[in-house]
Amino acid sequence: MQPPQPHRPAMPAPQRRDAVVVTVFMAALLVLPLVLGPSRYMLSVLMNCAGLSLVAFGVWITFSIGRINICQAGFALIGGYAMAILLSRWGVNFWLALPLAALVAGIAGGLIGAFILKLKGIYFAMLTICLTEAIRLAFLNGGDFTQGSHGITGLPQPFAGDSALPMYYLAVGLLALGLLVTWRVHYSRLGRIFRAMRLNEDLAESFGTHVWRYRVLAFSIACGLGGLGGAYFAVFTQSVYPQSFTVEHSIYYMLFCFLGGLEFVSGALLGAFALTILFELLSQFQQFQTLIYGVLMIVVILLLPNGLMSIGMRNEGNKP
Amino acid sequence: MLQVLLNGAVLGAVYALIALGLTMVFSIMRVVNFAHGQMYMLGAFVVYYIYGQFGWSFWVALPAAALVLALVGVLFNRFFFQPVLATSAREENSMLMAVGTALLLENLALTLFGEKQRGVPSVVDGAFILGDVAEGGAVLPYPNALVALLAVLAIVALLLFVQYTRPGRALRAVAQDKEAARLQGVDVKATTTLGFAIGAALAGVAGGLLVTVYGVNSGVGTNISTKAFIMVMVGGAGVTSGAIVGGVLLGFAEAIGYDLLPGSVTYLLIFVAMIVFLVFKPNGLFGKPWG
Repeated sequence: MQPPQPHRPAMPAPQRRDAVVVTVFMAALLVLPLVLGPSRYMLSVLMNCAGLSLVAFGVWITFSIGRINICQAGFALIGGYAMAILLSRWGVNFWLALPLAALVAGIAGGLIGAFILKLKGIYFAMLTICLTEAIRLAFLNGGDFTQGSHGITGLPQPFAGDSALPMYYLAVGLLALGLLVTWRVHYSRLGRIFRAMRLNEDLAESFGTHVWRYRVLAFSIACGLGGLGGAYFAVFTQSVYPQSFTVEHSIYYMLFCFLGGLEFVSGALLGAFALTILFELLSQFQQFQTLIYGVLMIVVILLLPNGLMSIGMRNEGNKP
Repeated sequence: MLQVLLNGAVLGAVYALIALGLTMVFSIMRVVNFAHGQMYMLGAFVVYYIYGQFGWSFWVALPAAALVLALVGVLFNRFFFQPVLATSAREENSMLMAVGTALLLENLALTLFGEKQRGVPSVVDGAFILGDVAEGGAVLPYPNALVALLAVLAIVALLLFVQYTRPGRALRAVAQDKEAARLQGVDVKATTTLGFAIGAALAGVAGGLLVTVYGVNSGVGTNISTKAFIMVMVGGAGVTSGAIVGGVLLGFAEAIGYDLLPGSVTYLLIFVAMIVFLVFKPNGLFGKPWG
């Protein structure tokens, strides 16, 4: 007689949908250059999308603890500058510099978050706008260390040769890493704690959750992902300036998450790709590009308040 | 130093007016109007065209700025914010709607008016000379004095309106407790619309006043919104006295900072000071824990 099999509950519908979208997306990203040929333009658009998704995952994680994060650009800037300084000043190896840059941003996020995360709602949102500006101004006034408004340019590329493919697969690899972290955070005990905190922090605390510790942890992970994205962009564009990441960028990351859907890990992924590709298609109407962003934002909120991923699903309102 | 204090007082008066508009919309609708700075910019452009370009009187242009922005406020409230607030339980959605309207206004202005910095002729010429300028005295140009005076008058008029008139009392009631206000017979929807219109009009008046001193360009909105956030957070979100105190404090901090340091260092220090302050006083000076 066979021993009884442990009962594994079926994957809930949102998670199943999430898993399908993520798998299809990543598979498509892996084979696209093989199918369409290594067009430098197409690859660079996709690499841009991948980097933006990576940063947006951080915003998404901060949403999952019930905070509106409009400072992700600031931490991308920290990651970008850390990468630039490690690579061009201190001659650190690329593969060591990349995680170090993310770590610097993550630690900075944790240290700042330890103080500011007791703020909630609109106070936190408004504060994060000011924080992005404060970080940008700090780099702008960093003297020789950050080279002020000139920024740090001429960063070495990690791969030799003319092909854009290695850089492309690096972007896809980093995106996969970001997805893995976000997935693990969301669909695990940690994710359930985060969602409980989002619904009612006081209640979560009274059930023994060390709320402050988890808040800081979530924010550190978010900022670390932002830093990793910033480091990637610093290498991708071979430069970093105080204007590389501004409040406006932070707002776009928020829009990505909203457009995709806040209940799904793949929301930020879908939102970033959809909007960046749309933006690229509209590049011939440059003067209307950001106007269209504004209109789109309004339309999405009015017509699709739960995001693209929720299309066709039963509306579960505010359920986590 | 007297000069710095005078500059601070003028800036503080207009900043208080800007912060009052933002805090009013927040207290009534629990919406942070990210487009407040863009509304300021639109008000400045109304005055620029009516007074600066068409050559009509400034005293026509300024009320026109208030009216146009009040109308914008009513339309935004009716078509954007009310539907979102009615259907969505998420705070993030109304906030993102506000961000969307800010992007919309800023880019519309960029498309219509371009990026150029624009100024208008002085409304009045001359200056008060206080003491010997070479030995610690100060100069207060009439246009700056006029701006401060009108800002203070607008603030006083608003405070009298909310304190002593029926619609003003309805505004306060809705800000305190919507349900209780409804039970007392207050038309909450109309009052909310009025609050949004007044908030937007205040931004428009502030823009219309400062365009006479500093000029305007399409990209000024985000900067003004960020300043308004600082004032509101320092004073306490949704509190009238907090907005006034926050505005005056920022005005003086900016004037003193600009006298001693380069502009961007001043703002870096203001941001750091504000963040440290909020760590110890998370609801601002007079704020309630809105959450």
